[in-house]
Amino acid sequence: MSESLLSIRGLNVQFSAYGRSQQVLHDVSLDVPAHSQVALVGESGSGKTVTMKAIMGLLRDPPARILSGEIRYEGRDLLKLPPRERKKLNGTEMSMVFQDPMSSLNPVFTIADQLGTILKYADRRLGRSRSGRERMARVLEVLAQVRMRDPERVAASYPVMLSGGMRQRVLIAMALLSEPKLLIADEPGTALDVTTQAQILKLLKDLVADRGLALLMITHNLGVVRETSDYVYVMNKGVVVEHAPAAELFSAPREDYTRSLIAAVPRLTGGMRFGSAGARV
Amino acid sequence: MSDVVNPKAAELPRLSNAYQNWYRFSRNPTAVIGAVIVVLAILAAIFAPYITPYPQHAGAVVNFRFRHLPPSGTFWFGTDDVGRDIFTRVIFGLRVSLTLALVVLGTAVPFGTIMGLIAGYFDGWTETIIMRLTDVALAIPPLVMALAVAAVLSPDLTHSMLAIAALWWTWHTRLVYSMTRQIRSQEFIEAAETLGASKFHILFREILPNCISAIAVKTSLDCGFVILVGASLSFLGLGIQPPTPDLGTMVAAGSAFLPEHWWESMMPGFAILVLALGFNLLGDGLRDLYDVQEVK
Amino acid sequence: MEFTLFLIRRILWSLLVLFGLSIVIFVIARAMPGDPARLALGPRASAEQVTQLREELGLNKPLVQQYVLYMEGLAEGDLGKSLLTRRPVNDDIRETFPATFELVLSTITIAFFLGVPLGVLASRFKDRWPDNAVRFVSILAAVTPSFFLALLLQILAGYVLHILPTTGRLPHNIGFVADMTGLVTVDALLRGRFDVFLEAWRYLLLPSIALMAATMGQIARITRSSMIDVSSQDYIEASRAFGVPEPVRLFKYMLRPSFVPPLTIMGLEFASLIGNAFVVELVFAWPGMAAYGVRTILQKDLNAVMGVVIVSGVFFVVVNLVIDALVGFVDPRVRIRGRRA
Repeated sequence: MSESLLSIRGLNVQFSAYGRSQQVLHDVSLDVPAHSQVALVGESGSGKTVTMKAIMGLLRDPPARILSGEIRYEGRDLLKLPPRERKKLNGTEMSMVFQDPMSSLNPVFTIADQLGTILKYADRRLGRSRSGRERMARVLEVLAQVRMRDPERVAASYPVMLSGGMRQRVLIAMALLSEPKLLIADEPGTALDVTTQAQILKLLKDLVADRGLALLMITHNLGVVRETSDYVYVMNKGVVVEHAPAAELFSAPREDYTRSLIAAVPRLTGGMRFGSAGARV
Repeated sequence: MSDVVNPKAAELPRLSNAYQNWYRFSRNPTAVIGAVIVVLAILAAIFAPYITPYPQHAGAVVNFRFRHLPPSGTFWFGTDDVGRDIFTRVIFGLRVSLTLALVVLGTAVPFGTIMGLIAGYFDGWTETIIMRLTDVALAIPPLVMALAVAAVLSPDLTHSMLAIAALWWTWHTRLVYSMTRQIRSQEFIEAAETLGASKFHILFREILPNCISAIAVKTSLDCGFVILVGASLSFLGLGIQPPTPDLGTMVAAGSAFLPEHWWESMMPGFAILVLALGFNLLGDGLRDLYDVQEVK
Repeated sequence: MEFTLFLIRRILWSLLVLFGLSIVIFVIARAMPGDPARLALGPRASAEQVTQLREELGLNKPLVQQYVLYMEGLAEGDLGKSLLTRRPVNDDIRETFPATFELVLSTITIAFFLGVPLGVLASRFKDRWPDNAVRFVSILAAVTPSFFLALLLQILAGYVLHILPTTGRLPHNIGFVADMTGLVTVDALLRGRFDVFLEAWRYLLLPSIALMAATMGQIARITRSSMIDVSSQDYIEASRAFGVPEPVRLFKYMLRPSFVPPLTIMGLEFASLIGNAFVVELVFAWPGMAAYGVRTILQKDLNAVMGVVIVSGVFFVVVNLVIDALVGFVDPRVRIRGRRA
């Protein structure tokens, strides 16, 4: 397992509320080797988001409790790291692309301000220092990398002034600021229209390939998986029910659940297979 | 009014949550304390003649031998400047405060609710006129309005109640208006409209039941605030005419003997505080229970 | 651009409110049972005297015409003569308003700068003891009758501890006239009288606290709930995931978007704050407009009462316009889209 960049073993998580508790993850194990693209697929409530939050250290206790298991990043168990050490990794080693471009940006600060602040504290955790001007230069550089035509204007904008697709690209830029090795993407573009989502996924794929990043894609949509991932984990009711290389999974799914997920992907003519996107209410 | 505010309709969709609601309410000690204060105050006001030690002191009794006595076993809250038992008068004073809240909110809440439903459901002039009226009402402090009316008519509790109610309905209108706006765009209303339900049916059977919990929360909180406004009016000399005990008037009368005879103003003042506190805690508990948003 | 439109709309709204207010006041003053002339002259005046005064005041003209006359007077800034003192109401209000303005200004300043941190504290320690303590204090502050609190403060600070003066605005022997802005604290600073400034604050403190309590409680409560609301937003989760330190998250990313609800609530609650000023000024013998209003009301001085109500209304409207501008300053969504989010 030492080859894996990220490796989860036997993760059990429980939620409690109103004097009742329920286990939401049962013995979840998965691996993300370096430079690979892995997908974690499941319906809402399957536990994929809880898994993602556990990796990023975003679960709140209470109500969530990690009963047992380990989450190793480059061999170190994140669950045993002191909080200070754990926090150093966020945004620098592993980074996250948030799902909803409408609500994941603070409405009252400019893009430059938000990206600049993240960069400033990422630098500080790593013991680096950059002047305000250098920070701004880096922000503009990253905005250009996500193919913004006019980075200066975007940087000076408030989120309300940008379209959904542009905001989603800002969220990707945010994840790339400190050049992480692992990117965790939570259904990016689901809230956008199909065409824009296709562009976003293409962009993400190119960025990952160019930089040799590892990508963990969290999604409910197998159509997205086929486009972006080489290895797939399928989750249902808190359990990993099946995992296999993408091609194998699509050609010979073993579980009925996986088959039903595959059957649920609407096929569009013309090679685009990102159906059912935007179906979130 | 009883068919307008139909609590059954509100309970129906919540029945499945009954266990959760009960669990949360019973584990919210402040809400339980609030409910107990309110119930005790109402019972005490109703049965005042039977539970107070000196019921005759609620009237114009003079008892100079016992004037300005500090709180003791005989006179729990002490006595006033003519020797009457303050505890007795405080309990009787609850009657005025509770009546005030009952009358003001008994008119303002149903009226405000209906206006809110109408303004929220119908567009155009109806909406504009009603909502601009509420804007105007916001700019006038209820206390000042009551003072102005009292200046023109006579300083009398009925006029004050009228004046307060004339402003208070607008808060409920604003609440129900914004809720109606939200509910109106939902699919079950559209479905009802498509099926040809009458406007009356949609307003009172489809929309209103969804507003009941928010109205209940606000009404409970308002009880406390109406009582405070009423007490301020009495304190300024516009309360019920003596010798009927009125908490605000008692504070004003007692304040002449501060600080030596502190109990004469502090005890009735404290009673107002506790009463308003009870309604507030209850309202807060209900808000947590129903998960109602803060009123904007 | 949109923001200018927003402000223009708000100004039009204000004018509308003032117009409605004038009608309400006129109805109270003229159309209700009860004769203003009789009220002014008292029960012992002869019928002739009453008729004469009615004529003088234009009370025998039709209501609509009376309203037009009344509005003409208002438009010229003339609130009429005090029926009792026979002085123009304008003069009385000009004399008393600065004291009220100073009191209200210090009240909302203290309420905001105390209420917001308390709300932040409560939201940060949600459902733990600091939250419960803040919740307890703000509920208590909201339900304490302001006259009761005023009396309590007088007893405590004035009679028991002897640390603060209990009545008035300045000691009589200090020989200082606030003749520039009318605000003693400001004028004292402008004239370099630091001693007077401190003394004025000592007088201002108790009435401000008595008046502030309810508003402060509301602000703490609203700030708490709006902070909690904001803290569950995706963008806060995102800044957490990117390792932005908690103090920055709390005081920058959460506080700024959370400012709007307490500002708005302060505007809405401003009317009841003026209402409470009537009681508080009376208890502390504060020489302000509200105390003047109570005196004139008890003496049935109609023009003066109407003047006080109108000035309160204008005060409310102006404060709300200032708050609208502040909201636009805090929240770019208002500036850009031209409406509140």
